[in-house]
Amino acid sequence: MQTFDLSLIWAAIIGFGVIMYVLMDGFDLGLGILFPFAPDEDARDVMMNSVAPIWDGNETWLVLGGAGLLGAFPLVYSVFLPALYIGVFLMLAGLIFRGVAFEFRFKSKRNRHWWNRAFCWGSAVATFAQGAVVGTYIQGFETEGFVYVGGALDWLTPFTVLTGLGMMAGYSLLGATWLILKSEGHVQEWAYRITPKLLAAVLVVFAIISAWTPFVDGGVRERWFSEVSFIWLLPLLAMVCAYGIYRWVSHRREGMPFLATLGMFIFTYLGLVASKWPVIVPPDHTIWDAASAPESQLFLLLGMLFVIPIVLTYTAWTYWVFRGKVRTGEGYH
Amino acid sequence: MELDPLILSRIQFAFVVCFHAIFPVFTIGLASYIALLNGLFFANGNPAWERLASFWTKVFAVVFGMGVVSGIVMSFQFGTNWSNFSQASANFLGPVLSYEVVTAFFLEAGFLGVLLFGRGKVPQGVHLFAALMVAVGTFISSFWILAANSWMQTPAGVELIDGSFHVTSWSEALFNPSFGYRFVHMGMASFLTGGFVVAGVSAWFLLRGRDVPANKKALSMCLWLLLVLAPAQAVVGDFHGLNTLEHQPTKVAAMEGNWETQSHAPLLLFAIPDKDAQENLFEVGIPSLASLILTHQADGVVPGLKDVPVDEQPVVALVFWSFRVMVALGLAMIAVAVTGLVLRRGGRVYSHERYLKVLVGMSVTPFIAVLAGWIVTESGRSPWLVYGLMTQAEGLTPSLTGGMALFTLVGYIAVYAVVFWAGIYYLLRVIRQGMLPHDQEVVVDDIERAKRPLSATHIPFDDDAGHPVRS
Repeated sequence: MQTFDLSLIWAAIIGFGVIMYVLMDGFDLGLGILFPFAPDEDARDVMMNSVAPIWDGNETWLVLGGAGLLGAFPLVYSVFLPALYIGVFLMLAGLIFRGVAFEFRFKSKRNRHWWNRAFCWGSAVATFAQGAVVGTYIQGFETEGFVYVGGALDWLTPFTVLTGLGMMAGYSLLGATWLILKSEGHVQEWAYRITPKLLAAVLVVFAIISAWTPFVDGGVRERWFSEVSFIWLLPLLAMVCAYGIYRWVSHRREGMPFLATLGMFIFTYLGLVASKWPVIVPPDHTIWDAASAPESQLFLLLGMLFVIPIVLTYTAWTYWVFRGKVRTGEGYH
Repeated sequence: MELDPLILSRIQFAFVVCFHAIFPVFTIGLASYIALLNGLFFANGNPAWERLASFWTKVFAVVFGMGVVSGIVMSFQFGTNWSNFSQASANFLGPVLSYEVVTAFFLEAGFLGVLLFGRGKVPQGVHLFAALMVAVGTFISSFWILAANSWMQTPAGVELIDGSFHVTSWSEALFNPSFGYRFVHMGMASFLTGGFVVAGVSAWFLLRGRDVPANKKALSMCLWLLLVLAPAQAVVGDFHGLNTLEHQPTKVAAMEGNWETQSHAPLLLFAIPDKDAQENLFEVGIPSLASLILTHQADGVVPGLKDVPVDEQPVVALVFWSFRVMVALGLAMIAVAVTGLVLRRGGRVYSHERYLKVLVGMSVTPFIAVLAGWIVTESGRSPWLVYGLMTQAEGLTPSLTGGMALFTLVGYIAVYAVVFWAGIYYLLRVIRQGMLPHDQEVVVDDIERAKRPLSATHIPFDDDAGHPVRS
């Protein structure tokens, strides 16, 4: 007897994992993208130091999400990965290179410029690929039954290139506001200077994507424009956050720009979820089509309910331990 | 020539999994060794144990880090290249592989940090407990992975409904018929790997006269361990082989290079199996010995490859020769372990230069033996992906083209070449630096440093990076 809907619980878990990943790995990937534009090598040290203790914990959510998908929604796993075959490879290669760069940059001097490059390019490529995944999700997948039947590069369209670039701008904004929070002096001043420019870039790209999406997906058009609905609050709230970023940067506030950027991401993400729900493999397959057998979902749920609080506690503890400003010439040796 | 996505995907999976496997196979053995060293230090307070423990913990950190990096790719490979298989077997494999991830994170989040960074900051008993939990955790991780793999070899506890496997009994599926043999065989292989690496490194230090008392202790311990394990592994391997004979006779036929089902089957020492001709082009064998080993009777019947159609036979030569490499290295390990016992008389084992050099060389052999063994069991299963139920071709991603598979194959080789080079290069630096005197151990400050595996070492990556002690 089924007294509660396991697929709904799992959708909530996966949805939570995705946004946790986007928010947390987002700012450290963003710092990687901003890396070559930093004013000097000291600033790069600060940037890397500010995320060095936490970045791999951030990536925990990616692997947890990937494994959870196979267990709970295998259809997503077995359609997304073949459809995004090349993109997934690029993302993994990017993440591996930047991971290795994190480890070895501080251990070398003569070869440091190589690790700088690996860090920047790895971050940029991984971010672009993640943005393209979002774009592809909006676009939908060509499936027959439960099998992807499209081509190798179907995921790479002008629309997904735009979402890829949008993700790069968005993560950079997260990175810049994180840096405002974690740095001081000339590094912080630099972060203050670039934040409004990045915000403008994000708003422009997001405006184009929002205007374009209804033409890419008829279901989205229907959902948003057939009647006035409470979901209109979501983009409104995202706009309020964007305005907040602008205001708080002008007032040289340190923590609020980052929080407002998180808010902007969360409301945009909820807007996307509201556009598609309950479809998980667009255009046709809902979370219930994509689900694995209930006994499998239940078996895995027991473990997840045990481990997620632990991961959350550990994450919170790490952030608490490494709170405060990162200064030049100290820290991670 | 048309690029075959199936062959390319198989090569890619083999490459990635082989590359990945060498790290966990080492860390599983090493984790237990570190726990043992910490336990000895806890029990009798001899500082030599502590110095050994902290040296090998640094090595562990680097190898564990590389294992994690190379393992991330594995969890995506099932979906990218084997999506039909993923979709069909997700009800079982999804939870099992997820539990492996859960175990690994639970470990990394908690106990690994305490093991790597907690010395001197937490009570000694807590540190020892963390070391034990890391050792136990590596076994729990391998439990899930080997359960998944064994299920693909000898599927049980599931029923096939509309093309997907549904679990009818979790315990039957997890503890499927080949699981126990594989788990013990692999666990012992990990201990042998750890043992030979530690023995080899200790021998290398002894040859250079560095930290002689501590390295003598380490070498002596390892040689006792190897003396027991190396022969025991041959016995376990034999049982594993009998289990394979029962459930996957074709694989055993390929291992033996035996085409016809026959009694008095010879044990082939050398042969050139030719799958097209369905016979060996040339063979040298010992009469009746294969029958004796496999059935424990000289006239026992050994199954032949021709019992199944040609398209259900594996790549015979690959299985045949990989098996011989594994067995030959296993015999060499036994010989080296026994020689060590002989040389103990008069303590020559610590000073016999040639023997120490052999030990240094032997430290790579367990890795080769493990990979050869996995090639036997994995390629020996083909064309089946889930034995008897789903072929590799059926499990392949339908939309995958040869060009796509080739692109990522080349890509992964390139990525791993860089990572591997950096990792091994750095690992050798860590080993070369060896054990530090107590007062030179760099003090690690909690607040400023990341709790990650590789940050447990401070050794610079290149020569002119300056002294790593914090300012």
